[in-house]
Amino acid sequence: MAPTSPPWPSNWPRPLRIPERLRPAGRRAVAMVRAWGGRPVLMWRRSLQFRVVVTTLLVSATVVVALGVVLIDRIADGLVETKREQAIDEAEYGQSYALAQLQSLGGIADPDLADSLRRVVANLSARGARAGRFAVAIQTDTESNNRLSPLYVSPAEQSNVAIPRRLSALLDSRKLMAYQFVRTSIGDGPERPFLVVGAPVDTRAGEFQLYYLFPLDDEVAAVELVQNTLIAIGALLLFLLAAIVAILTRQVVSPVRMAARTAERLSAGLLEERMMVRGEDDLARLAHSFNQMAANLQRQIVQLEDLSRLQRRFTSDVSHELRTPLTTVRMAADVLHSSREDFSPAVARSAELLQTEVDRFETLLTDLLEISRYDGGFAVLEPEVTDVRVLVRRVIDGLVPLAERVGVGLQPDLPDEPVVAEVDARRVERILRNLVGNAVEHSEGKPVQVTLARGDEAIAVTVRDHGVGLKPGEAQVVFNRFWRADPSRARQTGGTGLGLSISLEDARLHGGWLQAWGEPGRGAQFRLTLPVRVTGRFTSSPLPLEPDDRPVEAYGDHFDGSGVDGVTVPDTGAGRA
Amino acid sequence: MRARVLVVDDDPALAEMLGIVLRSEGFTPSFVADGERALAAFRETRPDMVLLDLMLPGMSGIDVCRAIRIESGVPIVMLTAKSDTVDVVLGLESGADDYVVKPFKPKELVARMRARLRRSEDTVPETLTLGPADAQIAIDVPGHAVTRNGNPIALTPLEFDLLVALARKPRQVFTREVLLEQVWGYRHAADTRLVNVHVQRLRAKVERDPERPEVVLTVRGVGYKAGTP
Repeated sequence: MAPTSPPWPSNWPRPLRIPERLRPAGRRAVAMVRAWGGRPVLMWRRSLQFRVVVTTLLVSATVVVALGVVLIDRIADGLVETKREQAIDEAEYGQSYALAQLQSLGGIADPDLADSLRRVVANLSARGARAGRFAVAIQTDTESNNRLSPLYVSPAEQSNVAIPRRLSALLDSRKLMAYQFVRTSIGDGPERPFLVVGAPVDTRAGEFQLYYLFPLDDEVAAVELVQNTLIAIGALLLFLLAAIVAILTRQVVSPVRMAARTAERLSAGLLEERMMVRGEDDLARLAHSFNQMAANLQRQIVQLEDLSRLQRRFTSDVSHELRTPLTTVRMAADVLHSSREDFSPAVARSAELLQTEVDRFETLLTDLLEISRYDGGFAVLEPEVTDVRVLVRRVIDGLVPLAERVGVGLQPDLPDEPVVAEVDARRVERILRNLVGNAVEHSEGKPVQVTLARGDEAIAVTVRDHGVGLKPGEAQVVFNRFWRADPSRARQTGGTGLGLSISLEDARLHGGWLQAWGEPGRGAQFRLTLPVRVTGRFTSSPLPLEPDDRPVEAYGDHFDGSGVDGVTVPDTGAGRA
Repeated sequence: MRARVLVVDDDPALAEMLGIVLRSEGFTPSFVADGERALAAFRETRPDMVLLDLMLPGMSGIDVCRAIRIESGVPIVMLTAKSDTVDVVLGLESGADDYVVKPFKPKELVARMRARLRRSEDTVPETLTLGPADAQIAIDVPGHAVTRNGNPIALTPLEFDLLVALARKPRQVFTREVLLEQVWGYRHAADTRLVNVHVQRLRAKVERDPERPEVVLTVRGVGYKAGTP
């Protein structure tokens, strides 16, 4: 009579209910995070501490839940197993007792049957001490197999007992002891979990079924107690863990945050800012290294500032030291120049050369000082609202003498309405003087066009000449210092070679562009584009960089070239003839 | 009469060259090479004009300028190698009438000096008044004297010229460029900082409260005009 495997109690208080109980706590945490003012996603991304705490909580909660499930499972299993063993012991005893008591009965019709059954049930239930309280019932199983056949129950007040059908059916068919966990009620009481053990009692009087109903209240209570304790401990553990992790990460994160703050203050220019170094751990080393870096940076910056100051001083000193002797030279040259009529032709010419070269030297010095001002980073824009047409006209008027001397026509193309922009008039004038001067010098007698246009965001001036043009790649290098298109060319304006470099810096100081275009034989075009407002930005220039006058110019240059050939050939022919 | 010019410059070559040019232009130059002795030389020679280098050993040109200005309204022209606003304004505020930036052309320097030495040879008695009724400024033009309620005010010749230029046409607003031409003798537009600095210096002497001028008024965006009763 080995006990059959028990069907698992479907309504056993399973530990899986724990997560449900934890739900309110989860909601609280989320509410707390919301109350901190950050969306959790944002906090997750932003705060290392938050991330570490949340991760730790999630991982440890999983571990705690799993452990709890296993633990409660084991405890419940143990309790049930003990109960089951006791119950089966009790049932086996009851079976043999009932068998002995009922053996003597004559049959189903025996008038003593009912009494005997009652007595057996009463005696058996009186033994309730050992396996805890239990109820005993006997069902007389008739041939008709009537499940509702008289049932003898003790204690008597619990007479209304529902024996599970599956169990009695099992008993019927197998004739073996069997048990089942059920949720049922005895009498008028509420439904409670029971372990029902059934044992067949075969006598000559008939087949009886002896049922033991063991209430499992204590076990359920025990498991629930354990479960509640585990939940409480788990929750406390998680809370403590979160707190510990928060404190620990805070210890790591706060120096990092301090480092970040210090770095921000450093980059904002507070070079004296340092981190506090405490102890000798890794964080202290971080702080130490950080401070070392800050000190190095500070030293370098101070050094650079010193250098910059030095350069400024140097520029200023060079300015003074060169200008004073230059003044003397210039005055001397002037005195010589003004009395050159009294000299021999060679000396008179020397005086003239001296005079012009002193002028050139002065221009060069001025340009060098201007460039060094840009290099030192202390060129300052002095913008004012200006009609750029006025500047263009002034520049052209100033260059007319030069243009007439070399036989070049200046063709301004200016809009009728004012072209107003916020510019540094002195610098823009200098750029334009440079561009137009260069164009005149390189135009080889062909006219120079100066075009001004205005867009919404920017104004543009193009200066076009039809001279030799630029070779491929030269458009980039024309702005290099001391770059010359053709070193052997005769120079009319005596430029310093710094003009375009300064112009480029002037344009950049405005936040503008200065660009060059040129092709051999087609001439060159320089375009200056400046924002209408000093702080303004622009993406395109109102004028194209490359002119669209190709056919005419190509033809003209071709004609010039063949003309030279045409002269050469007849000359040789004439010589031979 | 040849105008006497005191040249304060530490560079011997430039000083000698200046001497050659000035003599050929009809001036009588005398020289001093450092700032410490400049004041003594000034007291000794009583020049009609001072040419002053701003960078001097000993006492700086600025200090020399101030020291001379305390005792005399003699025209002072600064020679400076620096054209940055700070340097120029500092020089002008210390009392210089005009400045030339090295390297200058001799003609330019002489033109500046002549403009400063030019005296209006007015012999016709002319008295101008300007300013508020209760603190009127009276100008005796041929006598080069300025008084407020009878109390004399000491002006340098330049400040005097500036005040007279404004007072002669009390209804007219003078732009800085016009003043540069009339008072300093510049033919082309030059440094308007000259005007700003000297108007401030003039106000410090003739106004009761230079912060709220009543004699030399600013016309915003245009220039200056005389305050009328």
